[in-house]
Amino acid sequence: MTRISLTVNGRPYQGEVEPRTLLVTFLRDHLHLTGTHIGCDTSQCGACVVHLDGISVKACTVLALQADGATVTTIEGLAQDATLHPLQEGFWAEHGLQCGFCTPGMIMSTFDLLQQNPDPSDEEIRHALEGNLCRCTGYENIVRAVRYAAQQMQSNQNA
Amino acid sequence: MIPSPFAFYAPARLDEALDLLQQYGDEAKLLAGGHSLLPTMKLRLATPAVLIDLHKIPDLVGITVDERVTIGSMTTWSALEADATLCAAVPVLAATIRLIGDRQVRNRGTLGGALAHADPAADAPALVLVLNGTLTIYGPAGIRTVAAKDFFVDLLTTALAPDEILTAITLDRVGPDEGAAYLKFAHPASRYALVGVAAFLRVEAGQITACRVAVTGAGVRAERLTIVEARLLHQPAQAEVFAAAAQGAADTLEILGDLHASEAYRRAMVEVYTRRALEAAAANLRAS
Repeated sequence: MTRISLTVNGRPYQGEVEPRTLLVTFLRDHLHLTGTHIGCDTSQCGACVVHLDGISVKACTVLALQADGATVTTIEGLAQDATLHPLQEGFWAEHGLQCGFCTPGMIMSTFDLLQQNPDPSDEEIRHALEGNLCRCTGYENIVRAVRYAAQQMQSNQNA
Repeated sequence: MIPSPFAFYAPARLDEALDLLQQYGDEAKLLAGGHSLLPTMKLRLATPAVLIDLHKIPDLVGITVDERVTIGSMTTWSALEADATLCAAVPVLAATIRLIGDRQVRNRGTLGGALAHADPAADAPALVLVLNGTLTIYGPAGIRTVAAKDFFVDLLTTALAPDEILTAITLDRVGPDEGAAYLKFAHPASRYALVGVAAFLRVEAGQITACRVAVTGAGVRAERLTIVEARLLHQPAQAEVFAAAAQGAADTLEILGDLHASEAYRRAMVEVYTRRALEAAAANLRAS
């Protein structure tokens, strides 16, 4: 077992892990942050996307030990108290989900996109979501939800 | 889902990584971006006893744009894509990176890792072949360089010895009168290349004065299509010439067939994508 310490959603955590522990397993089973999902074995579905030092990664393809000393943001870290993040609000308002399993990953991926590109085109949104699979909605409403969030975030900034 | 147990090292210096490699030999694997190795380990197709993570070695990360461009082996796709100077010097690199994996894969995946892994359907090997790549390798005997055309040996096998580390990749810039392109027929789910072709052309006074063409995805390794290259040299850069040169482009290659695409289909697609990549490279010619 190896000791690691990291900051998750602004809170410091310490833990002991086997080297083979994946970051997603550490978040879910050690820290009980189960909003980060596991949808596949092959790094393709994107249900486990979190931010590692501000960059979106698939937490199923990063070892927990590789996050030692790092700052991690998960879906649980987006809302401010009772106020949803505009992306969370957007997925709700635009019906961007049915079963919701892929939603945390969708939101964490597009959160990364909007940080780098606050006003993406539909094509840019779809390109940014290449690594996220949804088996319910067909993506149309997901793209609308991201567009909704982008507009919301821009008008919040201009307010 | 969970890899089998292993010991984990994250050395901060290249010589420490080399010491560990020598100490553990065949039991050890180097971990770059991890987006090929870790999924393979999760499926227990690979069960290394020791992982040596290269992320903490600063010497392996960086981009230098000079007469040629040199890229540290641990530089991520995202870092390459974000470097405006590099993308201006080698526009085809930026265009190719957009086709690799997805955003999260590109945030972790590295050029060096992709080349050293040598997945037969990876995009980067074809591009590095046509950009005249030179690979810098560090090992017990010191530093050596290998030309890209000698690097890809067989399925998942490169010229790297078990105790060597790929440290940097040097590529030609795409200069005046030169153009390059990479096109792939991507598997609709995995986005891996069923067939991918990279092409580089230099065209002076309408004549092709230099060219390189390479294919990936079709066989066990990425390789140059030297017969196509020979047909193009000193010919006019025209659609009919490209089509004629691409004819039977795969005839001398060993092509794989699998449930996604038969051998005959891949052969046909090598021809189609060779022609299209040449046309795209010609369309991308830079002004003299």
